[in-house]
Formats: sequence, C-alpha cells, structure tokens
Amino acid sequence: MSFIDKQARSLLLAEIVTGLATTFRYMFKTKATINYPYEKGPLSPRFRGEHVLRRYPNGEERCIACKLCEAACPALAITIEAEPREDGSRRTTRYDIDMTKCIYCGFCQEACPVDAIVQGPNFEFATETREELFYDKKKLLDNGDRWEQEIVQNLVADAPYR
Amino acid sequence: MVEFWDIYLLPALIIVGKILLIVVPLLVAVAYLTLYERKVMAVMQLRKGPNVVGPFGLLQPIADGVKLFFKETVVPTGANKVLFLLAPMVTFILSLIAWAVIPFDEGMVLANINVGGLYLFAISSLGVYGIIVAGWASNSRYPFLGALRSAAQMVSYEVSIGFVIVTVLLCAGTLNLSGIVMSQKGDLGLLNWWFVPLFPMFIIFFVSILAETNRHPFDLPEAEAELVAGYQTEYSSMAFALFFLGEYANMILMSAICTILFLGGWLPPADWAIFTWIPGIIWFGIKIAVLLFVFIWVRATLPRYRYDQLMRLGWKVFLPFSLLWVVVTAGFLVYFDKVPA
Repeated sequence: MSFIDKQARSLLLAEIVTGLATTFRYMFKTKATINYPYEKGPLSPRFRGEHVLRRYPNGEERCIACKLCEAACPALAITIEAEPREDGSRRTTRYDIDMTKCIYCGFCQEACPVDAIVQGPNFEFATETREELFYDKKKLLDNGDRWEQEIVQNLVADAPYR
Repeated sequence: MVEFWDIYLLPALIIVGKILLIVVPLLVAVAYLTLYERKVMAVMQLRKGPNVVGPFGLLQPIADGVKLFFKETVVPTGANKVLFLLAPMVTFILSLIAWAVIPFDEGMVLANINVGGLYLFAISSLGVYGIIVAGWASNSRYPFLGALRSAAQMVSYEVSIGFVIVTVLLCAGTLNLSGIVMSQKGDLGLLNWWFVPLFPMFIIFFVSILAETNRHPFDLPEAEAELVAGYQTEYSSMAFALFFLGEYANMILMSAICTILFLGGWLPPADWAIFTWIPGIIWFGIKIAVLLFVFIWVRATLPRYRYDQLMRLGWKVFLPFSLLWVVVTAGFLVYFDKVPA
C-alpha cells in the first residue's frame, strides 16, 4: 500500500506542489528588508559604535589621563600622552585612537572611571582614506559634542543593569 | 526602376519594419524579464528586490545593460577567437529568428507558414550549437563540461518535447501555429484549450521546456557550485550579454510556444464581452507572463537536480510516458472517429 501511495504522490508531483504553495504563501508575507539608509534597525543602548570623548556640562573635558583605557585596550589602539595643565590639573596632550586597529570590545569604556571615553551609537563613519580613521583628541571631542544627547540617554537606559 | 521599387524594395522594407516591430519589443521584454525575475524571487525570499534605480527599480535593466556594454570583452589566449565570438551570436540570433512564425494575434504573424511547428522544432534544436561551440572555443575546463552537460540535456528533453508537440498536432490536425490556436476556439472558452484534455502532456511540456532553456531546477550546465558559470565562464561584456539575452529570449519563446500549443494563444478565456474587448495580443502577453511567473516561481522553490536524476527523468519517465500518450491519443481519435480533417 505504501508503495502505491508513494508512486501516486510522485506521479502527482505532490511534494513539488507543496513546495510551490509554500513559496507562494511567502510572497504575501511582510518583507524582512530594511530600506537602509532610509530605514535603520533598532540599536541597543549598549551598542558599541564610534568612540567619543565626553565633557562635563560646564565644558571641561572629563578625561583625567589615567591611561586605564590605554592599558585595557587589547588591540593597542589607544595612545595617550599627558602633562599637568597650567592650572595644575592632569590632562591629556594627546589622545589618539587608531580606528583601524580597534576591535570595538568596549573595554576602554568599562575601564574609564569618569565616563570620558564612551562608544556611541554611531556606526556610519566610513571614510575614503585610511588616514582619516586615525582619530586624534580633537576629532574625539567633536564626536562627544555631537553625540552627547544620545549617549546620555543610552547611559541612563543601561544604568539599572550595571 | 519603379518596377524594382514595387516588386523588391518596398516589400523588403515592409518586412524589415515588421521584423523591427517584433524584435525591439522582444528585447525590451527580455530586459524587463530580468527585473521581473529579480522582483519575484525577492518577494518569495522576503526581500524587496531592486528598488533604487528609478521608480520601483524600473530603470535597473537599462543600468545593467549600459554597465555590460561598457565592459571590456576579454578573449582568453587559448580560445579559438572566431568561434568564441561566433557562439554568442549564434545563440542570440537563433533565439530571435524563431519568432518569425509566432502568431501574436489573428493574422498578426511575420511568416504564416504551414510547417510552423516543424520550423520551431528545427530552430530550437539548433540552439544547442551556440552553447557547445562556446564551451569548446573557450578552451577551458568549466565551459567545456558545462557545454557537454547542456548538449546532452537539451537533446534528451527535445525528444519528449517532440512527442508532446506530435500529440497536440494530432488533435489540432495542422502544423500551422495559427491553425493550432484556432483549433482551440470553441463554446467552452477556457475548457476548449488543449491543456484540459491533454493535461499530463501540458505538465511534461512545461517541465521539458524548463530543461530545454537550462532553467532551474535543471540548470546543471551553469551549476555555480560545480562549474562556476558553465559555458559562459570565460565570457564578459557584450558577448556575455548576448548569451544572457538569448537565454531569456528563449524563455519567452518557449512560454509563447506553450501558450500557442496548450493555452489557446491569443484567445480570451471566455467569449464574454469584457474579455473579447481586450485585444488578442494582450491575452497572448498575459498568458506568456503567467508562464514566465511559473518559471521564476519554480526557480525560487526547487533545488537543483543531480545529473543522473535529470537523465533518468528525461529518458526513463518522460520519454515512455509521452510516447504512450501519443499512442493513446491517436487510438482515441481514430476509435471515436474524431480525427480532424
């Protein structure tokens, strides 16, 4: 009986018809495509994107040149040089991140005692030349000014889980 | 001089005009078939398909064509140059000349010859030359293996296609393609078309034309995983584009033949007023579009056959089955005295 059943099924192309029905049903499902760059997928508050150096609300830069991020960085992407400033506070004279070395692990952010270096939500920072990806202190501070609002929101949203 | 104009030049110009009227829309249709395919495949795979170039991606085929046109034609050093460049032309030209006998509407045909069926069969059999010459002239392994597979496959499936056509010819009583369409005209409309009484033959024919045009699930000649791109591997630029155009024009051609043989050509599905208002050429186009949809639908659904399975299906299933059906149909027609005059 099973022999007849099997033969009948193959003669009537049963499995092929089932397969065709499946693909036909899929035609009417909602598409998974996100129409990037006009639409973007949701990002977690913990998303580790482009680095920024933040400032206090009064405009003073947060970084105190403790070099913990430099020590924590597994890819040796961060280079810091520091000197006492005229008012006697310790500040960086140089803060470079080689974005081509960075592995976006987030250890710098974890190591920072003052939340100065943070990985923001920006992931669209492709450049035409390699040199543009060697970020210096000015670039990182500018990023901080640009993304401050989003970063604060993300830090607040993530705070209960830390 | 006037005589020369009246007898030779004017008719020749009229024929050239008619040819352009067929070929130009055909090439546009081929271009948009590629977009159609990409869109249908995309929606079946939960994607959106090309939608950036022009509204709904409508200019995508033109962009693709321009891109191909400006690429360099690379001829391999080991290749036989003449044959290498001849092969895509053969494929392309053969896919166009078959359209000479296709009736688009009543009386709307370039050459209304009485052996249209035979002509089509002859032309589609020649198509294998373009492919095997391409494979041989490339002087490279993948194209050669692809061409061998393709030749074997096309020859195998042509046999069953032949028997299917014979069955329809027996019922229609003519080899003239317009005559075959007219033989499907009747009070029942849709039910008068040959796909109803000859349904198994219709299925066999459709599966065979999938194999004949090297489409999924029978696209072994260009199985990416095994043969890179089969006989097209060494081709680039316009030479590749000619193969591509030829292949897709063949798909449309085979759908057109299937429409004429089984789906009543330009006839409307019923003799109701609304349907008869629509010109026959539109019905013809709609039927071809539906068949092409099935081509793409099958591609989006089925995995590729193994080569021995392909040969088994062709020789051990389709050939005996279609042969049997020819005998049964002929016997039926003679026994019930229904042989068309």
